Amino acid sequence: MSTKKIDLTVKIWRQKNSNDKGRLETYTVKEVSTDSSFLEMLDLVNENLILEGKEPVAFDHDCREGICGMCGSVVNGEAHGPEAGTTLCQLHMRHFKNGETLVIEPWRAKAFPVLRDLVVDRSAFDRIISAGGYVSMNVGGAPDGNAIPVPKKTADLSMDAASCIGCGACVAACPNASAMLFVSAKVSQLALLPQGKAEGSARAKNMVEKMDEEGFGNCTNIGECEAACPKEINLTNIARLNREFFKSTLSE
Amino acid sequence: MLDGKIPSGPIAQKWDNHKMDLKLVNPANKRKFTIIVVGTGLAGGSAAASLAELGYNVLNFCIQDSPRRAHSIAAQGGINAAKNYPNDGDSIHRLFYDTVKGGDYRAREANVYRLAQVSNNIIDQCVAQGVPFAREYGGYLDNRSFGGAQVSRTFYARGQTGQQLLLGAYSSLMRQVNTGKVKLFTRREMLDLVVVGGKARGIIVRNLVSGELERYSADAVVIATGGYGNVYYLSTNAKACNVTAAWRAYKKGAFFANPCFTQIHPTCIPVHGESQSKLTLMSESLRNDGRVWVPKAKDDKRKASEIPENERDYYLERKYPSFGNLVPRDVASRNSKEQCDLGKGVGETKLAVYLDFADAIKRVGENVIREKYGNLFQMYEKITASNPYKESMMIYPAIHYTMGGLWVDYNLMSNLEGLFVLGEANFSDHGANRLGASALMQGLADGYFVIPYTIGGYLAGTKFDKVDTENDAFKEAESQAGERAKKLLSVNGKRTVDSFHKELGLLLWDKCGMARNEKGLLEAKKRIPEIRAEFWENVKVTGNANELNQDLEKAGRVADFLEFAEVLVHDALIRTESCGGHFREESQTAENEAKRDDENFSHVSAWEFKGTEATPVLHKEPLVFENVKLTQRSYK
Repeated sequence: MSTKKIDLTVKIWRQKNSNDKGRLETYTVKEVSTDSSFLEMLDLVNENLILEGKEPVAFDHDCREGICGMCGSVVNGEAHGPEAGTTLCQLHMRHFKNGETLVIEPWRAKAFPVLRDLVVDRSAFDRIISAGGYVSMNVGGAPDGNAIPVPKKTADLSMDAASCIGCGACVAACPNASAMLFVSAKVSQLALLPQGKAEGSARAKNMVEKMDEEGFGNCTNIGECEAACPKEINLTNIARLNREFFKSTLSE
Repeated sequence: MLDGKIPSGPIAQKWDNHKMDLKLVNPANKRKFTIIVVGTGLAGGSAAASLAELGYNVLNFCIQDSPRRAHSIAAQGGINAAKNYPNDGDSIHRLFYDTVKGGDYRAREANVYRLAQVSNNIIDQCVAQGVPFAREYGGYLDNRSFGGAQVSRTFYARGQTGQQLLLGAYSSLMRQVNTGKVKLFTRREMLDLVVVGGKARGIIVRNLVSGELERYSADAVVIATGGYGNVYYLSTNAKACNVTAAWRAYKKGAFFANPCFTQIHPTCIPVHGESQSKLTLMSESLRNDGRVWVPKAKDDKRKASEIPENERDYYLERKYPSFGNLVPRDVASRNSKEQCDLGKGVGETKLAVYLDFADAIKRVGENVIREKYGNLFQMYEKITASNPYKESMMIYPAIHYTMGGLWVDYNLMSNLEGLFVLGEANFSDHGANRLGASALMQGLADGYFVIPYTIGGYLAGTKFDKVDTENDAFKEAESQAGERAKKLLSVNGKRTVDSFHKELGLLLWDKCGMARNEKGLLEAKKRIPEIRAEFWENVKVTGNANELNQDLEKAGRVADFLEFAEVLVHDALIRTESCGGHFREESQTAENEAKRDDENFSHVSAWEFKGTEATPVLHKEPLVFENVKLTQRSYK
């Protein structure tokens, strides 16, 4: 770690609430340590704003280690910024140059209304999971954990899909604001495992229906979602979702 | 004297007997009861889902935008269970014994035994939910080792075990949301507990989007709001983790137990500078293969790769030959500090030690190491811009977990009737030091397998008056919460909330961190009220109460930390023994290990609120050990 300090110009989306129209406002932020994270840079912007008596920029964040999925903004047109496979909280300022200008905006999607500044409402994701993103079993009746062997390769593929953190970058990056990568990750995780097979096609059908109802767009195989995904969730999951969905139409 | 209500009988039969003795609520009556669950982490999420599956009406609250964000999600390494799949000598009794010993004999035996008993059910439950645990080539579940144990009993899902277990609980929870049995309230922060007729009957929350205060009533309240590590400002906790819900319950009469039992995790990424907002943990599982060392010479300026083998001190292996790099967390942390204090620390700040994988990579190959720890190595590289496959990692201890919490009896009920406390928010199972991979186990044990039984016993055996949110107690609690927000917004001083939080955190880290002594604790005890007074005179909180206002949210939490910190320090001052994570410099063995004082301190210290500026009153719950012999903990 060799620490440097850089100065930046940041243009940040400011919007008082969901009824406000919103606008970009420009601030300068000086002496940002290159070892600090993007969110620590925003902390610095906010400390300065508060001391000037202005309202700080609202942004969602929590674990700051790339796993909770709470943070996320579009930086210079890219969801979670320029580094691949990285959430905003794990993006470090050493990737930016002294004197650079950064444009920071919230996720933009009809299904994710802006609540304030960079904070958006992603509860549509919860409602999609609620429509079928589970194995229907109650506590108490589970057989021994080793009763059903699962091939290592299958478990690994399932785990790849299960790494989704539900941040919404896939939706923000997609020109159609589609949630297919998110939905397919959950459908795949469970469809691959023997425990999830019993209700596999009903799950796909219910989750896809909910996704459409929430106002997400359609998938046209552009692949921006995969490129923006901080957990590098693979597009093959969408193919698997399509198969599961197709099976559900046959069984009707 | 406090009564933990431990059932009688041999330890292996206590829980089964107790379940028989607990009254049941018949299925038709369950739907007449409403239960509030605050928190959606492993404990809260699993409790809300399980209670709804039984037929209760559940109101479930979380501070984030989705229940899936709770900080349990960040747990990396794994979850313990006594399955003994590797055939290496594990058993319920051994898991129980290791956990009691690991906690330095300051946990309640009966609770820990129950935890070990239900640990196996947790694995079964999670597998059935579709948690993609790591498997061996034969398709069976894989295990790895964690600190404080000589068996491999830790189940894991890469370095994201907490995430996968939480998403499992979240999926069960969302299924119940779909059935309508759980009503979910996101972006809500609990600001007060409402007590009517001596029983917990509701909560006041702030809607973090609209700023409105809302009242909710119920027949029982379950708090599962996590630990208070963020009182130190820098910790591995998520930024929203706070003590407010527990603290408000304390101020309404619930006792706070062992607040000085805080865990400092040995393997975190060292602090980079003043703008640092939180610390990142590197899973303890890394100590399965990584070797901890410092240069033998003081103030060695060479790079790690330039220091030959015979000039390195693998001090954990040297001092603790039988556990080596897998000593418990408190021991590993204290030893890092000791080496740095000796001037052997490494890196720019000299507050770090090496964790080295060169031998492991030589032994099993880079691919195997990548498979096991790939995501952790990647995270390390992102943060530090250094490649741990090529260069030694640098690590340093950081606040990670809090063993102390609200006092609960065997049923996980507070002394305040109708208030149940689960997971990290309670004090019950880890004594003075938690072993790795035991937090996930406890959170899920409490939520899936304990509360569904014990809350039924309470509901069936209690007479309830009709209470709704028009009750005066609700009105009063709401108006106090409103006044407090107004007061915070009206100070209009010159310092930011964070500046106070950092000042408090630094003070606690210095005086009540890895090592504590009377002089330092007295200084902290004097200083905390001064910082608190300045806070209320000089803090600047922007915006209004009736809008999304993150500055106001933070201010409320820091105001509570400023009160709570004083109790934490007071508890540390009174407990003049060393035990687990609480290391009093005055009480150590000839070899500088923690020296307990069983004669005077074999008890739980539970504190009762007597006023913000008044000294709290101590209640003791004696700890009786019938099944393990108290010894000086040794990992040599």
